[in-house]
Amino acid sequence: MNVAKALAGLCLALAGTGLAAQEADPVARGEYLTNTTGCHDCHTPWIMGANGPEPDMTRALSGHPADMVVDAPAEVPEGWAMAANAANTAWSGPWGVSFTANLTPDPETGVLREMSESQFIDTIRNGRHMGQGRPILPPMPWPAYRNMTDADLAAIYAYLQQVTPIRNAVPEPLPPSQ
Amino acid sequence: MSVPFIAKARRFGASLGAASAFAVLVAASAQPVWPAREAELPADLFATGLYSEPETLTVDPAHLAFSPQYPLWTDGATKRRWISLPAGTTIDAADAGRWLFPVGTRFWKEFSFDGRRVETRFMEHRGDGRWTFAAYEWSADGTGATLAPERGRADAWPLGEGRTHTIPGRIDCQVCHGSGPSPVLGFTALQLSPDRDPNAPHGELLPLGAVDLAALIERGLITGLADDGAPRIVASGPVERAALGYLHGNCGHCHTEDGALAELGLDLAHDPEDSPASARTTTFDTPLRKPPAGLPEGVALRVIPGDPDASALLHRVASRDRLLQMPPLGTALVDEDAVALLEAWIAAQDKSRADASAPLNEGGEG
Repeated sequence: MNVAKALAGLCLALAGTGLAAQEADPVARGEYLTNTTGCHDCHTPWIMGANGPEPDMTRALSGHPADMVVDAPAEVPEGWAMAANAANTAWSGPWGVSFTANLTPDPETGVLREMSESQFIDTIRNGRHMGQGRPILPPMPWPAYRNMTDADLAAIYAYLQQVTPIRNAVPEPLPPSQ
Repeated sequence: MSVPFIAKARRFGASLGAASAFAVLVAASAQPVWPAREAELPADLFATGLYSEPETLTVDPAHLAFSPQYPLWTDGATKRRWISLPAGTTIDAADAGRWLFPVGTRFWKEFSFDGRRVETRFMEHRGDGRWTFAAYEWSADGTGATLAPERGRADAWPLGEGRTHTIPGRIDCQVCHGSGPSPVLGFTALQLSPDRDPNAPHGELLPLGAVDLAALIERGLITGLADDGAPRIVASGPVERAALGYLHGNCGHCHTEDGALAELGLDLAHDPEDSPASARTTTFDTPLRKPPAGLPEGVALRVIPGDPDASALLHRVASRDRLLQMPPLGTALVDEDAVALLEAWIAAQDKSRADASAPLNEGGEG
């Protein structure tokens, strides 16, 4: 019983430490949010690992690999609407083909390289590139993320500004099949 | 958090830092725009105070009708606009690009298609620079208008060829109204100038009883105005004057050096101080930052003087592919009059004089 109490106390203390760290450090908060809201699910290319499909963390958050060329929407059986490539970085649907963005701070290819914090927040709030431009395409779940607080979105932005930069020029989306 | 990440960030931060700092600085100079909470917004248009007699849809005579000389294209909608200033208040026009409106200022813009009212948009200054935005959708019988859904209303009116007018969502209001130095668009010295451009696309006759800049000055409703009372775009000729005006009224609220997109270096907002116009200096022979999806292969410059077909600006204005079109929201139809005007303007530019302030072959007084 005492051991159980001690373990529970330790867990609480660790959890408390984590929360305190997040409150004190926006980057830590941003890392937590990035890891718990599925950013890696699409913005990190997936590979087949020893235990099945897993994100390739050597290319963390670098978006759809430029060398993985997709030049036409997928043809899906009747009754199906969407398809994704093996890396989970290219999505085909009624909107055409969307490619996940390079979220790393690469100065030449990172999507955030010309985006201020407020523009990043606006982008998630209204689902438009740079907060003002073309619509962000599915399956980016911005309608869910738009409910985050400004502080949380700013924390994600802060975290993304300091992850490892990876040079990867993600292609522009493809239009739907005519 | 791993320390090497931070170290790398510091190295790369040098290149990103300057751009980010500038963008933040610019954004900080803009008046804040926040989404309105549902409870803050009047439930129907009558509750906004537009009409003194709702039964007859009589607009309160205390409100001032106005009409910008370079109107925003909205799929050919017929528009009526009004401003309401609280009694005894004035507009501070000391900063030409950022007029300050008193708390309680209200604006309305009514959109009609085929003679039917479809929506009326409303914005109100709630204090501390805070503005709220709403759209009201008219009932089919035209007797009233209720608050449109927060995400807007698709298919609000058929425009033909399968296209429909969409009432914007509340967040969409902020895309344009929150992007420049002032949330108020279309109510500026240039837009209200009594020296109206007769060649402005979709230009309207000043409605009966409407105010222009001269009337506002005469009534003592503006203070601090430094510019002359009848500003006009100085251009080489009527085509350029109208083209620069169109770009100002339809593109300049986002593409301005005083807004969130300043870092793009594309300034289509007309400033009388700029000579030659920034719409020339920031587009002519200027490479695109990143060609958007759908642009024809080989089109790499914003504008090539004398070559409309190779000018990205024209391709974007002439498209309603949502990945390519400009403006990116608010319309479903191409403004063909504007395309013809901009095409003529670009075609009239002498390639060898791209940097000159005036083309040679247009002639006429602006």
